[in-house]
Amino acid sequence: MKIIVLVKHVPDAQFDRHLTGEANTVDRSESILSELDEYALEAALQLIEARGGEAAGNKVIALSMGPAGAVNAVKKSLQIGATEGVHLSDEALAGSDAAATSLALAAAIRHLGADTPADLILTGMASTDGETSLVPAQLAERLGLPQVTFAASLELDGGKLTARRDGDTHADTIEAELPAVVSVTDQINDPRYPNFKGIMAAKKKTITTLSLADIGVDPAHVGTSGSWTVVETAEARPPRTAGTIITDDGDAGIQLVEFLAAQKLL
Amino acid sequence: MAKVLVFIDNPGQALKKSSLELLTIARSLGETVAAVNGELHDAAAAALAAYGAEALYVPSAADLDAYLVGPKAAFLAAAVDAAGADVVMAENSAEGKEIAARLGIRLGAGVITDVVAVDADGTAHKSVLAGSYTTTAKATTPVSVLTVKSNSITPEPAASATAPESVTVQLPADATAASARVTARNEKPASGRPDLAEARIVVAGGRGVDGNFGPLEELADALGAAIGASRAATDAGWIGHDAQVGQTGKTVSPQLYISAGISGAIQQKAGMQTAKVIVAVNKDAESPIFEIADFGIVGDLFQVLPQATAEIKKRKG
Ligand SMILES: Cc1cc2nc3c(=O)[nH]c(=O)nc-3n(C[C@H](O)[C@H](O)[C@H](O)COP(=O)(O)OP(=O)(O)OC[C@H]3O[C@@H](n4cnc5c(N)ncnc54)[C@H](O)[C@@H]3O)c2cc1C
Repeated sequence: MKIIVLVKHVPDAQFDRHLTGEANTVDRSESILSELDEYALEAALQLIEARGGEAAGNKVIALSMGPAGAVNAVKKSLQIGATEGVHLSDEALAGSDAAATSLALAAAIRHLGADTPADLILTGMASTDGETSLVPAQLAERLGLPQVTFAASLELDGGKLTARRDGDTHADTIEAELPAVVSVTDQINDPRYPNFKGIMAAKKKTITTLSLADIGVDPAHVGTSGSWTVVETAEARPPRTAGTIITDDGDAGIQLVEFLAAQKLL
Repeated sequence: MAKVLVFIDNPGQALKKSSLELLTIARSLGETVAAVNGELHDAAAAALAAYGAEALYVPSAADLDAYLVGPKAAFLAAAVDAAGADVVMAENSAEGKEIAARLGIRLGAGVITDVVAVDADGTAHKSVLAGSYTTTAKATTPVSVLTVKSNSITPEPAASATAPESVTVQLPADATAASARVTARNEKPASGRPDLAEARIVVAGGRGVDGNFGPLEELADALGAAIGASRAATDAGWIGHDAQVGQTGKTVSPQLYISAGISGAIQQKAGMQTAKVIVAVNKDAESPIFEIADFGIVGDLFQVLPQATAEIKKRKG
């Protein structure tokens, strides 16, 4: 089977993150493979391993769209175990919103499936920078495929997939026919780390770079010109500062209530 | 003047507060109509009239809940066409955002999520990067789709009630073709506490509760609060995953967030740092949660919380 996993190179959330430039886009200088995409990658690897792995003709293609640095997310995916890497990179993509991103990714997925269409497109539940969760659903709409989002478990039986999804008021079992677009949560598995063998093996794997011309997308349909939303203003929120800290000497519960009363929160 | 279509999915017996908020914001933008999926009970219909809906669009099929998202987006796209709406508003839940996502592609419309306020000209306000920036954004397309966070506005009925007429919207023939099906649904028992995403006060526990959410539940009940949790607590199985606050759980913005036995990892902070007031109770004075707490108590939650609960009960008589 052929699985395409979407991986994004995002600013490391452990550090302060910034918006830059006129279009208020995210500064990507200190970036890493989005940790939520590691769950999608792990899910893909488990699926192909259960089917005899690469030796049996199965493939996991890690696909990342982004500027030059985004190739690092692809490299990391290869170290973790993806079989091939694809980097979709084009100046014209800068500043793409979810609609423009899903347009470019849908074209890339069609391009990669020209000979054998992918059986499954796997993504994380959200990017850790944009945090919109829009892209998987928009991709499914553009590709005319069923979407199964926020999967907390995933099983394949022939051409049918079954997933569990945990909502607020109910937990659902979902079924869809392949091919499908599936986003997975951080509940689905424990992602593996790249080991020495994986890092060495990754050096021999191919990374294909694709431009918009390669996938037949008009540059006017992506980037800031092709986006359907604009960020007009952005203001950094003043960081929170520590307030009063007390050590419990036996009456902290009462002091807490006094604080709440003073704040009119009771 | 804009025409705004508010999506109300399964209104239930009465409209949820978040639906009333959407209708209130919609009226500030222009003529308001509603698209309703699911059974419409009398009380919900009365609320739609009281909140000024000029018309109700309902789908020609009753089984949209048997599928994931796709057919609901198809219904809404048809409702937008029928109503001639310029703005669509939906809930900011996971499902609300996905419906908005697919609807955006169907209509060629820009989608803005996590909205907390909308200006009369359609400019949306939201915060990004885990609450570290506040931004304004706008759709550049003729139709815009907004998902609005609950607790963004105080709901207000319209000056005069309407008598909305119901219009059936024909679903396109292929609406369910490429959709995943919901084959089983397990309802979770209701806690009787406020909904976490909408609650004014949240009492959240982490690994420090050591399997015992009892003292948190008692404090929550004294305060009329919802219960939240860190991932360590949900992963341990002490409480359901739907209680998780954070990057991969819920984002909450209550008036008051009481964090007990939670260290305050970056992924936890991502879900709660826009709370108005943060209180932290933690044994370890070095915990990062104290960096953002308005009132921090270095102490044992099993001592501090029951004492606070008793004091609140005493004061309330
Ligand atoms: C991809 C990813 C996504 C994640 N998403 C989330 C998320 O959405 N939400 C989330 O919360 N986490 C998330 N995490 C996990 C996060 O990194 C932390 O591991 C988690 O928040 C820690 O939970 P905790 O604070 O309860 O536990 P700990 O870090 O173990 O902290 C427990 C705290 O309890 C205190 N304590 C112990 N006993 C007591 C007592 N009797 N009284 C008072 N204090 C006591 C200790 O001093 C300690 O500070 C995510 C991690 C990853 C990798």
